[in-house]
Amino acid sequence: MSDAATMETIARLVPPGSRVLDLGCGDGAMLAYLKEARRCSGYGIEIDDANVLACAQRGVNVIQLNLDEGLSLFDDATFDVVLQIDTLQHLRNAEVMLRETVRVGRIGVVAFPNFAHWPNRLSVLRGRMPVTRRLPYQWYDTPNIRVGTHADLALLAQRSNLRVHDSFGIQDGKTIRFAPNLRAGTSVYTLSR
Amino acid sequence: MQFAAVLPLQSGAQIRDYALSYETYGRLDADKSNAVLICHALNASHHVAGVYAGQDKSEGWWDNMIGPGKPLDTDRFFVIGVNNLGSCFGSTGPMHINPETGRVYGADFPVVTVEDWVNAQARLLDALGITTLAAVMGGSLGGMQALSWTLQYPERVRHAVVVASAPNLTAENIAFNEVARRAIVTDPDFHGGHFYDHGVIPKRGLRIARMIGHITYLSDDVMNEKFGRQLRSALSQKASFDAGPPQGETAPSEGSAVRAATSVGAYLYSTQEVEFQIESYLRHQGDKFAEYFDANTYLLITRALDYFDPARDHGGDLSLALARATSKFLLVSFTTDWRFAPKRSREIVKALLDNRRDVSYAEIDAPHGHDAFLLDDPRYLGLVRSYFDGILKELAI
Repeated sequence: MSDAATMETIARLVPPGSRVLDLGCGDGAMLAYLKEARRCSGYGIEIDDANVLACAQRGVNVIQLNLDEGLSLFDDATFDVVLQIDTLQHLRNAEVMLRETVRVGRIGVVAFPNFAHWPNRLSVLRGRMPVTRRLPYQWYDTPNIRVGTHADLALLAQRSNLRVHDSFGIQDGKTIRFAPNLRAGTSVYTLSR
Repeated sequence: MQFAAVLPLQSGAQIRDYALSYETYGRLDADKSNAVLICHALNASHHVAGVYAGQDKSEGWWDNMIGPGKPLDTDRFFVIGVNNLGSCFGSTGPMHINPETGRVYGADFPVVTVEDWVNAQARLLDALGITTLAAVMGGSLGGMQALSWTLQYPERVRHAVVVASAPNLTAENIAFNEVARRAIVTDPDFHGGHFYDHGVIPKRGLRIARMIGHITYLSDDVMNEKFGRQLRSALSQKASFDAGPPQGETAPSEGSAVRAATSVGAYLYSTQEVEFQIESYLRHQGDKFAEYFDANTYLLITRALDYFDPARDHGGDLSLALARATSKFLLVSFTTDWRFAPKRSREIVKALLDNRRDVSYAEIDAPHGHDAFLLDDPRYLGLVRSYFDGILKELAI
């Protein structure tokens, strides 16, 4: 999900000048973009050595941390925006981390692969787990330990008493507001406490 | 470099007419913006990089990190190594003459702290005409000095690289230091710290101090991997141990075949002779250390470690203490380092985050314990290289 259009779409949810925490920031591309294009500041959290190095090479602040250990380093509401871009599906404590996201940030932006996207449904109807550009892994070696849908996150947000400010899908870099659960490979939510 | 002016110390004492040994590498820019100060830990010196002409094995203690084309590239940065006050590698220390009495200082050398060292280093920079450091960098006790720089002279430091360090020592850590100090002080050759007058050296104490230190610099896993339960007599005399002590030395290749083993694995059934390879290694390290290190220096430097605690004046609140720091930070810890554990580095990270400072933090999954900060790990060295590349880009703007 690193294509420029998708990144820009998500970046538009971040008010200019925001203090941003990017959970699972990967190579730091999003933070570097936010810094450059929207004058944001902040930190990335990353567990992978190669990604930590990539962030350092980009000049992005990065804290090497296992998100499954929680966000105790960060006090309540110390960030304007906390990003969780393609991170949720890797976390054992996805529900806890969703609450942590809106504890630490005034707004949480969550994006993850929507398993209910129609090609995935077709694949499952045929009796096979989907292997697509968005979900490129075989079922037996996928790093995605959570599979959920755009509709599922709405229910989890409700259950966790989170306010949903906006939700939509992204497909091929375009915002999908009509039937995103069916039509979008990526699900996006902005949430708060 | 000689300093005549009195340096007031944190204890209330003062020192005058002192010398600081230092080395520099690379070239200082015309605008003097590319200076990097390296702070050393317990037993290192101002000789951080390079070799002395005609001297084998004279590599600086951080030679894998610092030099032309190295992570801290001396083709681009002007690097300064300085030996701290009270040490025994050229700067004024307890083995020198006290100008007040005309006698060797010995135990009368004033207790110096991390803050005192930083003040002395700042005077050296003044003398070199350097107002602002591009970076200050150190590991372990050197990291404490780097951190202290950002608190004592925030306006003079752009970046701080703090490796395998801590915001203060834990009780366990002070305990290790105290065992080492008692070993030295109770050595009959110590003579209350005035052993120079007696023409002796408290080598027994120094050996034991070094042995216990060494145990704490390694991880259980690495020690087992290198030595396991191997018997000294069963080992090849070529055995070498690249885990090494902080200065990257290697363990002895000589003398391990003093007694030919009758059969592999035969115990000597002796309580005092060297039976296990780890004993041989520790004894060798202790012997070597006692040859070159000063006993009073060991006491002084471990005390400086014990006393360091920038949060102390702020009710123990490190975040309050670090509010003064304005520089950018890179912190690095190593997962198997139990002497300066990652959680201690995270405390510093948290305090910096609380103050909204620019900070990056890496936790390197290296097996070597505290020693890892002096060893080659491509993730660690690559990260430091990238960080200094970033500093260069900043300087170019």
